Amino acid sequence: MTQVTLSGLTKIFDEKSPPAVDQLDLEIESGKLTALLGPSGCGKTTTMKMIAGLLRPTSGDISFDGDSILSIPPEDRGAVMVFQNYLLFPYMTIAENIGFGLKMRKVDRKEIRTRVTDMLDLVQLPGFEDRKPRQLSGGQQQRIALARALIVQPNVLLLDEPLSNLDAHLRDEMRELIRRIQTEMGITTVFVTHDQEEAVVLADRIALLFDGRLQQFDVPDAFFESPQSVEIAKFFGGTNFIPGRYEGGEITTAIGRFRAPRSAVAGGDAVLSIRPEAVTLGADGGNSVMGRIRSHVYVGRYARFRVTLGDIEVEAVTDPGQVKLFNDGDEVPVTFDSNKIWVIGPAAAHE
Amino acid sequence: MVDTKIEPTAAGAGGVAAEDKERRFSWRITGRWVGITGLLAFLVAPIVPLFVWSISFRWFYPAILPTEYSARAWTEVITPHNDVLGVAWNTALIALVVTALSILLGVPAGRALGLYEFRGKRLVEWMILAPIIVPGLAVVLGIHVLFIRAGLSNSIPGVILVHLVPTLPYMTLVMSGVFANYDTDFELQARSLGASRWATQRLITLPAIFPGVVVGALFAFIISWSQYVLTLLIGGGQVQTLPLLLFGFVRSDPAIAGALSVVFILPAVIVLLLSSRYLSGDNAAVGGIGNI
Ligand SMILES: Nc1ncnc2c1ncn2[C@@H]1O[C@H](COP(=O)(O)OP(=O)(O)OP(=O)(O)O)[C@@H](O)[C@H]1O
Ligand SMILES: [Mg+2]
Repeated sequence: MTQVTLSGLTKIFDEKSPPAVDQLDLEIESGKLTALLGPSGCGKTTTMKMIAGLLRPTSGDISFDGDSILSIPPEDRGAVMVFQNYLLFPYMTIAENIGFGLKMRKVDRKEIRTRVTDMLDLVQLPGFEDRKPRQLSGGQQQRIALARALIVQPNVLLLDEPLSNLDAHLRDEMRELIRRIQTEMGITTVFVTHDQEEAVVLADRIALLFDGRLQQFDVPDAFFESPQSVEIAKFFGGTNFIPGRYEGGEITTAIGRFRAPRSAVAGGDAVLSIRPEAVTLGADGGNSVMGRIRSHVYVGRYARFRVTLGDIEVEAVTDPGQVKLFNDGDEVPVTFDSNKIWVIGPAAAHE
Repeated sequence: MVDTKIEPTAAGAGGVAAEDKERRFSWRITGRWVGITGLLAFLVAPIVPLFVWSISFRWFYPAILPTEYSARAWTEVITPHNDVLGVAWNTALIALVVTALSILLGVPAGRALGLYEFRGKRLVEWMILAPIIVPGLAVVLGIHVLFIRAGLSNSIPGVILVHLVPTLPYMTLVMSGVFANYDTDFELQARSLGASRWATQRLITLPAIFPGVVVGALFAFIISWSQYVLTLLIGGGQVQTLPLLLFGFVRSDPAIAGALSVVFILPAVIVLLLSSRYLSGDNAAVGGIGNI
């Protein structure tokens, strides 16, 4: 069990471009699975390489259990990284690849052999010992890369998009495998992904990174219920935004005034955000305005309506039965559940 | 070097696919043999007339083969007072040391050139290319004075040093081609899995660049082995090598020159054959030469 702390971690590759990682502060809990989430080029791999000791930070510090590890070479850190592009050693067999870490730790040859066999069973590639990496498909190589890291039972496991090349079914199984091994062995794991759904499903906590800067570090549901900026909410997708002014627990917008007890800001210019599931049609209660149904789709498990409120269009996801109640063009009351409204600071004011 | 091709063959490749693969494989083997035989013919063919020269006694137009034969030339070559074998050994020793030094210096230099961007990189590239483009004679005339002052002229160390002038650029260029196609993340991956710096060099880097090193070393060896002008100028006649000995006999005694030529060419052919498997077209080292 190792707690990993990043403080002010910064990496500047060249002076002319902005830092690849910028003043990153992160407290990665011991024995937990933390996802490093963000769009391509936001500095995820760079951060992982610095933790693994494969890249020297420009400034800032990294500590394991409170002790700075910057001066410790990668082979002695107890942190193993699995690269995005697998990097199986082409001149070695699959067994030699998986056993590499144990060989470096001077584990006895017979034991390596048995543990390699166990690992191959675990990643569902039994009997692959004597193959060469280029004889394997991308997904198979990815699983070997995972096995090669897991076999050494590191204190800190750094996985850089380890599931990107697997089809949906295998991906689910490998997720479960990672989760199971990670909890059983209590390995502090950092998991890079640019897929928000994967991060939500797998992680105890998510660190969201844009342009090398930490946006929000929180439990998964917080990113849906209380995103700290419009950009974050947009990254997780599917939310309605209506600009307005926030004051005394109410937000005034072009289409009306809504009660909104939950907010990220104290007052002033703000954005009302509400997820489509929290928008209801028909029932006229508090927090309602009249709208006109523009279009709808029946998806099966639910129905999705697009409703115009003045100049603004919002999306509502409802019970599938509601498609029978409303026709396109109908005037209906539209209700925003006040406990589901989340008020965010305006987009421009962010950072 | 880094082979990222992914063969989509799953665990249980069907019989048809496997057969097809085998056939393609056997074609490749055949192709390789045709190639090697061709290379051999190309290299050995010039030796044949030389050998015929070396054993001829009378050979006048229009006879296709000599009319009388003699073992005189070969006896001359083998007899100790000409010390041909001693000179051959000297030549080999110089070539081997030159090759070793080229590897030692050329591999790190090639790595720096192939992998990293740094200020003045173009300048360094030009400086490396210069001895290849500028006639060796011009370079050496400049160096000569320096060598005399340093007491390196007329000595084997001096000859070795001057041979590095043409060999080192070749080695560096070949290695920069190899490293341009090399992914250093493999080394990082090994370190992360627990390999020390040294173990990483030995187990990861070396196997990846080995074919390139062989090709570069081959160049270095052959350049040094066949060097005439540089050896003559810096060695000042005191350092005898096979090319010097050979040219001396070309006018005075063609039969001995023929015998010496055979002695001269054979090692090159043997070295080339031994390393032929590294000279195939999909070798990054050979590709690197193409980039020049
Ligand atoms: N060796 C390097 N030299 C210069 N710039 C680099 C280097 N490595 C990364 N960068 C830059 O740093 C930024 C972050 O790169 P990084 O590889 O960490 O992104 P990432 O979040 O892993 O992206 P992806 O999801 O595409 O893998 C990018 O703008 C990239 O161009
Ligand atoms: Mg990356």
